[in-house]
Amino acid sequence: MKRLKPVNVLIVGGGWTGLAMAKEITGRTSLSVLVLERGAPRKTSDYAAGMDELDYAIRVRMMQNIADETITHRHSMRDPSVPVRQYGSFLPGSGVGGAGEHWNGNSFRFLESQFILATRLREKFGAAHLPENIAVQDWGVTYNDLEPYYWRAEQMMGVSGKAGNIRGQKIEGGNIFEGPRSSEYPLPPLKTSYVGMRFKEAAEKLGYHPHPVPAANASEAYRNPDGIVRAGCAYCGYCERFGCMIGAKAQPTNTLLPVLARRKTFAMRTGCWVRRVVHKNGRATGVQYVDANGEDIFQPADEVVLATFTLNNVRLLALSKIGKQYDPSAAQGTLGKNLTHQVGGAGTRLFFDHPLNLFMGSGAMGMMFADFDGDNGLTGSEGIVRAGHIAVSSSGNRPIASFGQYPNGAAKSNWGSQWKAASIEWRDRISGVGFTGEHLAYRQNFMDLDPVYTDKLGDPLLRFTLDWTEHEHRQRVFAAGIQLQVAKAMGVKFEEPHLAPVKYNVVQYQTTHIQGGAIMGTSPENSVVNTNLQHWDVPNLWVVGASAFPQNASLNPTVTALAITYRAADAFIAPHEKHYKGPNEAS
Amino acid sequence: MKRREFLTVPATALGGTLLYTLAREPLRLQAQSGNLDIPLRFFSAAEARVIDAACARIFPADATGPGAHEAGVVIYIDRQLAGPYGRDKYRYTKGPFVESVPEHGYQGKESPREIYRAGLQLLVGFADLTPEQQDDKLRSIESTTFFHMLRSHTIEGMFCDPMHGGNAGMIGWQLIGFPGPQMSYRDEIDKHFGTAYRPKPVSLQQVVGHPVRGWEDE
Repeated sequence: MKRLKPVNVLIVGGGWTGLAMAKEITGRTSLSVLVLERGAPRKTSDYAAGMDELDYAIRVRMMQNIADETITHRHSMRDPSVPVRQYGSFLPGSGVGGAGEHWNGNSFRFLESQFILATRLREKFGAAHLPENIAVQDWGVTYNDLEPYYWRAEQMMGVSGKAGNIRGQKIEGGNIFEGPRSSEYPLPPLKTSYVGMRFKEAAEKLGYHPHPVPAANASEAYRNPDGIVRAGCAYCGYCERFGCMIGAKAQPTNTLLPVLARRKTFAMRTGCWVRRVVHKNGRATGVQYVDANGEDIFQPADEVVLATFTLNNVRLLALSKIGKQYDPSAAQGTLGKNLTHQVGGAGTRLFFDHPLNLFMGSGAMGMMFADFDGDNGLTGSEGIVRAGHIAVSSSGNRPIASFGQYPNGAAKSNWGSQWKAASIEWRDRISGVGFTGEHLAYRQNFMDLDPVYTDKLGDPLLRFTLDWTEHEHRQRVFAAGIQLQVAKAMGVKFEEPHLAPVKYNVVQYQTTHIQGGAIMGTSPENSVVNTNLQHWDVPNLWVVGASAFPQNASLNPTVTALAITYRAADAFIAPHEKHYKGPNEAS
Repeated sequence: MKRREFLTVPATALGGTLLYTLAREPLRLQAQSGNLDIPLRFFSAAEARVIDAACARIFPADATGPGAHEAGVVIYIDRQLAGPYGRDKYRYTKGPFVESVPEHGYQGKESPREIYRAGLQLLVGFADLTPEQQDDKLRSIESTTFFHMLRSHTIEGMFCDPMHGGNAGMIGWQLIGFPGPQMSYRDEIDKHFGTAYRPKPVSLQQVVGHPVRGWEDE
């Protein structure tokens, strides 16, 4: 194995969290930073020619090639695991920028109660009234601890939205249920679509508090504190699964990378597939990887940061034999525990008598209300302890994926003349009210290494043991009741959703929000990393991103993943900052 | 090396049709004359004729407008199967292969190419049947992996960017009033509430001003 020259800091993964760490460290210390990314380089100018639904949204060419590595899944420990052979209920990104390139731009902060969930549930419902096998934990940090870091992330991205709570002052038109913000959003909200407007009117009539979805799709031209300038959103409808061709959607390559590219202490190598964190006597000494030419490399480093997607953070720890694997039957170990996804609702479809021009839109364009998010509005009689938010979205409708929708019964077959006519008739007249719910952590949902299936190099795949429980079913049923209320108030035709309990499905897309497995906490007994995201057993190993979330919040994770990473960066930097001699930038 | 086979179609069949957008605005595509010989990459000419006929029953030309035959869906499928997708370059194909629950999706070993080759055995003589007989035949194989794939590919071939070989003359996009990849709706997004806004479709090549290659051609 070839041994390279040591670096101070080695970061695995060139997405949001890896590049955010790199930018903070290179900007405030003299340390040399190397990022290893296993995908390809990317830049904004690649993306105009990428407005192709087939290659990008159907064949998902920005994602990790599932032929090289996938996960396996089983519904319970009694079942055999099988590989996820094609995407997928979630879509892990690859290449510089990672999933931060192909995201929609939904830029939420979590609710205050979501950081102290175990305490909150005990206080509100009592330990005896919680769902069976619940394993939720407090984060060890509070919303107020994270507020400055949320603000740093929102300014970096230029998040567009309407505050509902500034320093305790509730503001109509924003999310009045959110924790106090120090400032208004960096940019005003995106424009409102026709469907969004109808939803807003209906929700207001019902006494709810609709507000625009906060968006990293800049509503107007924006200059961030690093001096990076981006254009305002063009509402072209090509966000999710695409890179933004004009750079209006905040992506690592159009926010962090341009700053890093000027720094002499920063380097990045692409095509590098990290296989192990090498460690000795409780210290990480570097990583072992296979480079783009297939050569085995040992890269020594003083500090190692794992900043890959949730899956690979957990898998690399397991492959490197760092920490003790969680075992639910023995109630031992911490690595792999508290795997959560996000609860997708059974959407209520709305049928309009006029066209909606749904091909226009922006990834995070939508209206929502949080009157039932967290435990808002819950009395305890609903049979659930947490719900989620209700929303309509106008992300842009593309023709392959959206063809074939019509009211139930309008066609007898799913092919042929009648099907074609119904699909054409209804093609631009259907929208929906959706629900995104908080997925609680349970003892039986976890990750470990699969005993049978391997990746392209022969390393064991990560295995999910995961299924929905009665609680998620009840969340969907509860939400459907609210959705119907909204649909009626909108005054359009609608369909009651199908509400049978479902099993976790690995092939139907849900969201790319997988959390847990290397969770943060206040003690090595209950967590893998401390609240600075430092590994309890290997203190010069930092594991950042949503793998540290003790459980899902109903809201999408990106900005929170960045907020805890910025907080980790401050802790990382503190001992080095006093030696910093000023910027070392190329002129 | 295999003898190169061609699919011969009258040029008028590929995009020579008068049709209406959802806004009921008439659009006439450029009519051409003569025959086009389209080189096939995966199918034999006889196989292409069968697939073309089957797609034309899944998405028929009828009173609501043109269908899969007119859009050149079979050409799209031929190119997909010849490329990396058809060879399963983007699917996890390590064994052991086991049957599992529906929530785990297709777990088989066969690639799309192999599924089509086996599926074609179910459709021997299909192109020469009457439309009613063809529909009966397709109904009898509706639950097969092959048919699920064929149906999905038909929709893809109707509405993909023309660079992939389907949606000839953007016939599929015109049929449903989809304008293709446009650079900006910034001035339109909050207008046209309740009324159809149907800009003339453009292909990706027209938008970016240079030819773009599909993944299947890289």
